[in-house]
Amino acid sequence: MTNTRGRFGDHGGQYIPETLMNAVIELEEAYDHFKEDPDFNRELTTLLNEYAGRPSRLYYAEKMTKDLGGAKIYLKREDLNHTGAHKINNVLGQALLAKKMGKTRLIAETGAGQHGVATATAAALMDMECVVFMGEEDTRRQALNVYRMKLLGAEVIPVKTGTATLKDAVSEAMREWTSRISDTHYCLGSVMGPHPFPTIVRDFQAVISREIKAQMLEKEGRLPDVVMACVGGGSNAIGTFYDFIDDKEVRLIGCEAAGRGIDTFETAATIATGKPGIFHGMRSYFCQDEYGQIAPVYSISAGLDYPGIGPEHAYLHDTGRAEYVPVTDEEAVRAFEYLAVTEGIIPAIESSHALAHAIKIAPDMDKEKLVVITVSGRGDKDCAAIARYRGEDIHE
Amino acid sequence: MSNIKKAFENGKAFIPFITCGDPDLDTTEAAVREMVKNGADLIELGIPFSDPTAEGPVIQGANLRALEGGVTTDKIFELVKRIRKDIDTPMVFMTYANVVYSYGTDRFLAACAGTGIDGLILPDVPYEEKEEFLPACHKHGVDLVSLIAPTSKNRIAMIAKEAEGFLYIVSSLGVTGMRSKITTDLDSIIEVVRANTDIPCAIGFGISTPEQARKMADLSDGAIVGSAIIKILEQYGTEAPGHIGEYVRSIKEAIS
Repeated sequence: MTNTRGRFGDHGGQYIPETLMNAVIELEEAYDHFKEDPDFNRELTTLLNEYAGRPSRLYYAEKMTKDLGGAKIYLKREDLNHTGAHKINNVLGQALLAKKMGKTRLIAETGAGQHGVATATAAALMDMECVVFMGEEDTRRQALNVYRMKLLGAEVIPVKTGTATLKDAVSEAMREWTSRISDTHYCLGSVMGPHPFPTIVRDFQAVISREIKAQMLEKEGRLPDVVMACVGGGSNAIGTFYDFIDDKEVRLIGCEAAGRGIDTFETAATIATGKPGIFHGMRSYFCQDEYGQIAPVYSISAGLDYPGIGPEHAYLHDTGRAEYVPVTDEEAVRAFEYLAVTEGIIPAIESSHALAHAIKIAPDMDKEKLVVITVSGRGDKDCAAIARYRGEDIHE
Repeated sequence: MSNIKKAFENGKAFIPFITCGDPDLDTTEAAVREMVKNGADLIELGIPFSDPTAEGPVIQGANLRALEGGVTTDKIFELVKRIRKDIDTPMVFMTYANVVYSYGTDRFLAACAGTGIDGLILPDVPYEEKEEFLPACHKHGVDLVSLIAPTSKNRIAMIAKEAEGFLYIVSSLGVTGMRSKITTDLDSIIEVVRANTDIPCAIGFGISTPEQARKMADLSDGAIVGSAIIKILEQYGTEAPGHIGEYVRSIKEAIS
């Protein structure tokens, strides 16, 4: 192939309508310029530290460690960031970049609503207009976040097409971008879509692994043995992995949403059940049928309910550098409840997928081994849905 | 010579679009025959995709209905074979990259050539990514049709120079669908196109009335209409082919 731009092995690329090509080229040029600009970086660091509350804590989960009886467990507390998730890291970077490019309007897709809330927050802070596309099904699952976005001054557009979930919200945001480009930046929330988004979002999320590394060296004097995170599109996971990719002794584990199981159709585990394809601007792995029709995926977690995975993860999978494992709804819900009673921390149902896998593997690891799990977000938004899952109806 | 060129030898070309299998393939076949009978110069056959990101609500609906009706890429190749028995009007496929890629790009294009498809339009494959599909297109003698958008600006010459079959000029920003007004400065886009290629160009997106079609055909070598035809299918279902024929005749007369 001639286009080597934004490729991760065979994956990535720019499979988008011609209408958007100059927009992504302009974005790439602006990003290449500003990422080297000291003023831009100073401004962004100030926002991340003073506004979003970075660095986030690396917390030694002593009770969980003792209870599981194996590896020493640390939690990277992205849930403590302003707006309650890692999404703010990327959004502050992209909003600042958009502002420098002279854009006055941000559009975004959202699944669980965390990225939408973060985008609405940045738009409020930076005096920008904001429109968020959210699958209608997700507006029901995450009603609280819909209200938060509106409170922050954003317009929320429920997307009724397809499965009315995250993939349809992405499609609709792309359609909106093709109709209004000159004043609008598409603030994509994950390491997916056409180049340069997977690179930009990764760079803005890489702060997670840079901090883990420094904090681990300070606390333990060495690198962790395992770092893990949940994967939908994969932004908190790539943020968690990135600074460790060259440290081959560190195991990288991404936890996908298996929904009701990878042997059922109600799953969103792309690496486990997908095959190579081209969709949403990128070549990567996708859940699809034999004719390339994208599968209507399912997970209890609106944030992981996506039929694809970011192209850099596809590459890390191909090369074997990272492992990807499926985690079911039931396992994630149990981990959600477990962390609440064990550590007094209510994690997002997305992050609970990573916690569930840690609960599986930590007991069999030596006590000297160090495991870091990124708690990508907090779980307040999920309480009603988990209660429903457990057969309890609560009214917010 | 590319078979597509024939479409532009009969004055201004009219290029109707139809989503295959909406609501079923028998209706599609009857509609195509009506189109040909009533003066269509080139037929754009849509292979439905679950998530058509370049389409507005009307064609999205057609994709959904077709897939719910059980249409597949293989069944569409069978349809083309049936049509080709007695119809030699140029035909191109319009679909999305994943439909071709997942079928196996070479296998897909071999089947295009085998059934008599003359060209392929992939709205999510820009100039930068066309190498993914071009070698197989050339191997099997199928033209890969390029698109030029209102935002293409400095890219127009580059795209036009390598264009084959015909050039699809996107009239407006946004997705497919009917528009009351087309405001893009198409004159200056087509001026750059003409300076860089002899390949004919046709304008699509947003055209529904005979007046709009005439205006667009005057500016270029032809007009493409999609959503307005799908609207007829939406309204009349399996009874749509006759109505589509009348509509095609009205547009062809307007641009001739």
